[in-house]
Amino acid sequence: MSERPSSVLVIGSGPIVIGQAAEFDYAGTQACRALREEGIRTILVNSNPATIMTDEDIADVVYVEPLTPEVLRRIIMRERPEGLLPTLGGQTALNLAVKLADLGILERFNVRLLGTPLRSIQLAEDRELFKNLLTSIGEPVIHSAIVHSVAEAREFAATEPLPLIIRPAYTLGGTGGGIAYTLEDLDTIVTTGLAASPIHQVLVERSLLGWKEIEYEVIRDGFDNSITVCNMENLDPMGVHTGDSIVVAPSQTLSDREYQMLRSAAIKIIRALGIEGGCNIQYALDPHSFSYYVIEVNPRVSRSSALASKATGYPIARVAAKIAIGKRLDQIPNSVTQQTTAAFEPALDYCVVKIPRWPFDKFRRADRTLGTQMKATGEVMAIDRTFPAALQKAVRALEIDSPDLGWENPAWKDADRLRFDIVTANDERIWALAAALRRNWTVDEISRLSGIDPWFVRHIAGIVDLERELASSEMSANLLWRAKRSGFSDARIAALNGMSEEEVRSQRHAAGIVPVYKMVDTCAAEFEAVTPYYYSTYDDEDEAPPLHGSKAVVIGSGPIRIGQGIEFDYCSVQAAHALDAAGFKSIMINSNPETVSTDFDTSDRLYFESLDSESVAEVLRHESGGRCDVPPVILQFGGQTAINLAEPMAQLGVPILGSGSDTIDLAEDRERFEAFLRSIGIPQPAGTAVTTMEAALEAAERAGYPVLVRPSYVLGGRAMEVVHAADYLARYLATSVDFNRGHPVLIDKYLEGKEVEVDAISDGETVLIPGIMEHIERAGVHSGDSFAVYPGLNLYSSEVERIVEYTQRIALALGVVGLVNIQYVIHAGRIYVLEVNPRASRTVPFLSKATGVPIIELATRAMLGESLKQQGYEGGLWPRQPLVAVKAPVFSMAKLRGVEVNLGPEMKSTGEAMGIDREFAPAFYVGVDQPGRPR
Amino acid sequence: MSWDERDAALVLEDGRVFRGVSFGAERDVEGEAVFTTTMTGYQEVATDPSFRGQIVCMTYPLIGNYGVTPDDEQSRRPWISGMVVHEYCDSPSNWRSVGTFAEYLRANDIPAITGVDTRALTRHIRSRGAMRALLCSSIGGRSLDALREQARHAWAPSDSNVVADVSVREERTLGVGDLHVVLIDCGVKENILASLERRNVRVTVVPFDTPYSEIAALQPDGVLTSPGPGDPENAHPAIETVRELIEHKTPYLGVCLGHQLLGLAIGAATSKLKFGHRGGNHPVLDLESGRVHITSQNHGYQVDAATVPVDDGWRVAKVSLNDRSVEGLRHVSLPISSVQYHPEGSPGPQDNQYVFDEFLEQLRANRTNETVVSA
Repeated sequence: MSERPSSVLVIGSGPIVIGQAAEFDYAGTQACRALREEGIRTILVNSNPATIMTDEDIADVVYVEPLTPEVLRRIIMRERPEGLLPTLGGQTALNLAVKLADLGILERFNVRLLGTPLRSIQLAEDRELFKNLLTSIGEPVIHSAIVHSVAEAREFAATEPLPLIIRPAYTLGGTGGGIAYTLEDLDTIVTTGLAASPIHQVLVERSLLGWKEIEYEVIRDGFDNSITVCNMENLDPMGVHTGDSIVVAPSQTLSDREYQMLRSAAIKIIRALGIEGGCNIQYALDPHSFSYYVIEVNPRVSRSSALASKATGYPIARVAAKIAIGKRLDQIPNSVTQQTTAAFEPALDYCVVKIPRWPFDKFRRADRTLGTQMKATGEVMAIDRTFPAALQKAVRALEIDSPDLGWENPAWKDADRLRFDIVTANDERIWALAAALRRNWTVDEISRLSGIDPWFVRHIAGIVDLERELASSEMSANLLWRAKRSGFSDARIAALNGMSEEEVRSQRHAAGIVPVYKMVDTCAAEFEAVTPYYYSTYDDEDEAPPLHGSKAVVIGSGPIRIGQGIEFDYCSVQAAHALDAAGFKSIMINSNPETVSTDFDTSDRLYFESLDSESVAEVLRHESGGRCDVPPVILQFGGQTAINLAEPMAQLGVPILGSGSDTIDLAEDRERFEAFLRSIGIPQPAGTAVTTMEAALEAAERAGYPVLVRPSYVLGGRAMEVVHAADYLARYLATSVDFNRGHPVLIDKYLEGKEVEVDAISDGETVLIPGIMEHIERAGVHSGDSFAVYPGLNLYSSEVERIVEYTQRIALALGVVGLVNIQYVIHAGRIYVLEVNPRASRTVPFLSKATGVPIIELATRAMLGESLKQQGYEGGLWPRQPLVAVKAPVFSMAKLRGVEVNLGPEMKSTGEAMGIDREFAPAFYVGVDQPGRPR
Repeated sequence: MSWDERDAALVLEDGRVFRGVSFGAERDVEGEAVFTTTMTGYQEVATDPSFRGQIVCMTYPLIGNYGVTPDDEQSRRPWISGMVVHEYCDSPSNWRSVGTFAEYLRANDIPAITGVDTRALTRHIRSRGAMRALLCSSIGGRSLDALREQARHAWAPSDSNVVADVSVREERTLGVGDLHVVLIDCGVKENILASLERRNVRVTVVPFDTPYSEIAALQPDGVLTSPGPGDPENAHPAIETVRELIEHKTPYLGVCLGHQLLGLAIGAATSKLKFGHRGGNHPVLDLESGRVHITSQNHGYQVDAATVPVDDGWRVAKVSLNDRSVEGLRHVSLPISSVQYHPEGSPGPQDNQYVFDEFLEQLRANRTNETVVSA
C-alpha cells in the first residue's frame, strides 16, 4: 500500500451554478477537517469566497483563486503537495484534475491523485468506456450510440423507438442534453449537445420514460470493502434530472428483492470501477419487472451525497477523504455512536423527502418544464416518520408563495390544462396532482399520466381526504392529532376548518398535541448515539431534553435561491462558532441539506426544520421546557427568511438578539423609513409607497420618469423594475401578485450614478465599517448581479467621508445592534440612500475575506452585549487594505431557456467568484476569468 | 390523552405499555419483544422461522408498501408471534403484489398493531434488553394492570423447544447435482435451499431430530445445519446429532443456530445477547483476510469467544465489528466451519453468498481427498 501523503491539495468547486451548489462547501469543509485531523497539511484552492471552506481555520493554506490549470500549476509548484484530492469539488474539480494529468503537471511535480484513480474517473465519465465496462461485468446498459454528428445520431434513431435521450459527455448537470420526441428535436438537441461537450461527443439512447429512477450512494475503500450508505427513489420517473426531482430516502416501493438486486449491482460496479471514496449510481427500474439499466455513475461526492449524508447522518465526504489517504472503513471511527466504525450501513427509521427549489419566481418567462437539464438552484429536505408528513413539511420549507398543497393554478379550471401539467414534469406538478385528486380523478389515472408511482399519489390522496374532513367536520382532538401527524400546519388546518391559526394552536396545546424531537443516529436506535441532530414529528416520545445553560438559536437561510445563497450559510456557521467561543451553546435551525450549517458538527444542536414561524416557535417552546428560559434568537444571518420571523418572534415574546423587531420594521416599512431618514437629514430618492393604481401613477409623475418600482419586504429585488413610462407602470402593477393582494409597492425616482454598498457593525454606540464596496455597473442593476470592488476605487475622499458619516448616523439612530447593510447611489455629486437592511448581506463573506475583519464574530459578540471597543475595535472606517478584491457574479442563464440575458434590478445571478490582486485590472481579470463564465 | 383513541397495545413484562391500532388478527398473543432494523423485507421477516415466538418491532416506520407475494416467503407460513409497526400501508404498490400485508397476517392468524412509537420501543429494548411481552389487538375494557400482570408471566421462546415447532416433519429432497448435502432443518429459510439448488447441489432436508446414524446412511458429502429459533441449549436432539457429526469429522457448515450448535458441540458455551442482532447492516470482520462484510443477522444468542477450544484446533474466524461477538468458527484442518449471520440474506444483503461457494469447494476438495489447508 502506498505511503500516506504528508500534504494534500484539495480542489473546491468554484462558484454556485445550477447543478453545482453549496453541497461542495459542505463536502470540502468536511474533507479538510478530516485530513487535518490526521496531521496532514491541507492546502485548499477555491474561487468562491462565500464559503466556509475558505475560512482560515478549515485548511492550513487557502488560495482563493480561479480554478484553472495554470493557477493550479503555480500552486502545485509553490506548495509541492504530495497528494491531490479532486473528488470533493464536483465536476469542476474533477475536470480540472483530468486536465492537470493530461498536461503532465501531476507527473512533473510528483503529485499523486488521491482517492479515486484517474482511470476510474475516465471509466465512469466517458460514455463509451462506461458502457463497455458495464457490459463486461454483466450489468445492463441500454442500447445506445456514441455519436459525433447529427448524421450518426439519425442512423441510430433508425434502429430505436422514440423518444430518445441525448447526453453530452463530461458536462455538468446535464448541460446541452435533452429528450427528443421527434427527429427534428433530435437534430436540434444533438447539435447543442455536441457543442456543449468538451470532447464533442454525445450519447444517444433509448429513453426510459416512466421507469422508476433509483439511486444508491456507495463507498469503497482501498481494501475493497464496500458499503451502500443510502438509496433514494425519485418521485419523478426517468426523464427528469435527479436534481430537479422530488426524492425520497430510502426507497419506498422496492421490495427486498429489488432493493438488494440494485444494491448488489452497485457494489459490483464500484468495485469494477476501482473507486476509492464515494460514488453515486443511478438506475432505471422497470415498474413491471425486475429489469433495470444502469444510467449513470458519478465517481465522486455530489449533490446526492450531501443529501444522503444529511438524510442518514453518515458523513460521506469525511469518510471519502479518510479513504483517500489510505484508511480502511473499519479504521475510521463512527463519530455518531462513538463505539462503532464507518464500516456499516445506516438504517433509517424515518422518511426523508427532498424537494428542489426552482428559480421560476424570478424568471417568469423561463420554460418551466423539467427534463434532463437541471434547473433548480437549491433544495430543501424534510424528515418525518411518514411520507405525507415529510412531504408537507418539505413544501413548507420551500418558502414559496404556496406553503402547503392547497394552492391551485387558476388555469386548472380547464381540465385539459390540468392534465397537461400532470403529464409534463414542471415545478407545479405536485400541486396539480392534489388539484386533480380534489376533482376526484382516480389515483390510477393520475399515476398513469404522470408516471409517478401510485403509492405516492395515494398518499397525496390521503392528504386531500383529510383536507375534506377538516373542511367539513367539527374540530376534535383526535382529528387535530391526525392532521398534525400527517403534516398539516396550524395555518392550513385553520384555513380549512374556519378557525384562526391562534385558535388552532391554543386548542392543540391545550390537548397536549405538540411535536416531539427525535434523533438522526444512523442506526435506527440500535446504539446509543451522541449526534445532536433532531427532527420534529408528532409521535409519543421525545429524545431532546432542552439544553441547559446559556444558549442562543441561529436561524438559517433555507434553500439556496437567487438572492439568498451560500453567503448566508457562511454567516450562520460563523455565528454558531462565535456563540460557542463566547460561552453560549449554539442551536441551529435550517432546512437546507446542502450546507455546512446543517452539518451537526457545526453547532451544539441542530434542528432540521422548516423555517416557518410555527416550526421555529415549537422548537423554541421545546427549548424553554424543563425550567429553561426562552432562548434568544439571531435573525440577522438568515437573509430575508430569518428577518420575516422578526414579527412572529416578537409577538411570542421570544428575545431577539441584536437589532429588535422595531428596528427591522423601521427599515422595511417605507413610510416609516422615509420619515426616519428625513428626521436625521439624510437624503434618499424621492418616492412613495402606494397601494392603488391611481396613487402609483401620481407618485411616478411627481418623481418623474424613469422610476424604480418594487414591492416592499423584498428578497433580492424580486419583481423590481425600472419603468420609463406610465403605460409600462400600469402593466407592471396589473401583473404584480403582491400589489393585487393589497401589499404596497414602492415608487422611487430612478437615479443614475455610482452605486456603493457598505456593511457595518454597530454595538449601539460604536459603528465599525470594514470597507466600502463600489459597484461597477450602473445603478438599477441589482447589486447582487453587478461586479463589486473593494475598496471603492473611483470615490472621492469627500464621498468616502460622507458615506462613513451617513452609515454611522443611520446605524446609531436606527438602533442597530449587529449588522447593517446600506446601499447608496452617488448622483450629481450628492449621496442618496437607496436601501437599508438591518442584517447580514450577501457581501459579508466577501468583505470579511477581503478586509480581514471577522465581521460575523464581531457582530455576534456585539449582539451578546460585548461592545466593539471591548473586542478591541474602534469605530469608523477600517484601514484600507493594500489589495483590490473584485466580486464577480456568476450566472446560469445558459441553463434556462427562454430567459432574457439583460440585467435589471431583479437579481439573476446564482453565485459569485472572487479575484484578488494588488491592482484593479488584474483582480478584475481574475474575477472574470473563471470556468463557466463567458468571455 | 383525549386525542389518543388507540385501543391496541404491546404490554412489556417491565410494565411499559405501547399503544397502537390493530391491523392483524384480532386476538392476544404472548412472546418475546425484539426489534429488527432491516428497512425492507417485512414478509421475509414474518416468514423467517427464527422469529418463532417473537413479537417483532420493525424500526423502519413504513410497512406494507409493496404488498405480499408468495415468491418472497421464506417458509411455508409466517412464524412471528406478532408484529409492531409505526405506519402500516394498506394500499401497496408493486408489480408482484397479490394482496395486502394485513390480509396476509389475518389469513395466518398473526396479530399486528400500527401507530406505535417504534423508536421509543426500540430504545427501551436497547437499554432494558429483549423481554417477555403481551400483544393485545384490543384492550377493550380490561385494566392495564391486569395486562401487565399477564405480560410478566408471558411465554417466551426460551421456555420451550421451539425448533421442534418449525422443523420439517418429513424428509424432502430437492435439487440435482454432483454434490449431496444433508440439511438439518431447525427452521431453514427458503433462500438457503434456493442458494444450494442454484449451485447444482442435491439437498436432502431432514427433520431436526434425525439421528446421526440416519444422516450418515444418506452418505452426504457434507451437512449443513440451518438457522432456527430459540435458545440453542434447548435444541435437543439436534445438539447431540451435531456433536456426533463433528466427532466423525463430517464436512459441515453451520448457519446461525447451526453455528451455535457447532459451538456447543465442540465444548464452547453460548449466552444470550442483551437484545440480539437483527437487521441487514451488520458489519462482520473476517479475521484472516481483514475484509469487512455487511451481513444480514437475526440472532439472540452468541458463542462465547473465550470458551472456544483453541487447543483442539478451533478458531474464531469472524467477529462482529459492532461488539466483537463471534460471527464465525472454523477448524484449522477439518472441513468444518460456521457463520452466525445469514449468507442467504432475505431480507438483507446478497454479498455473502460466497459462504456457500466456500462450503461446496470444501466438499469437493474433501471428496478428492485433498487436504483443506488452513493457517
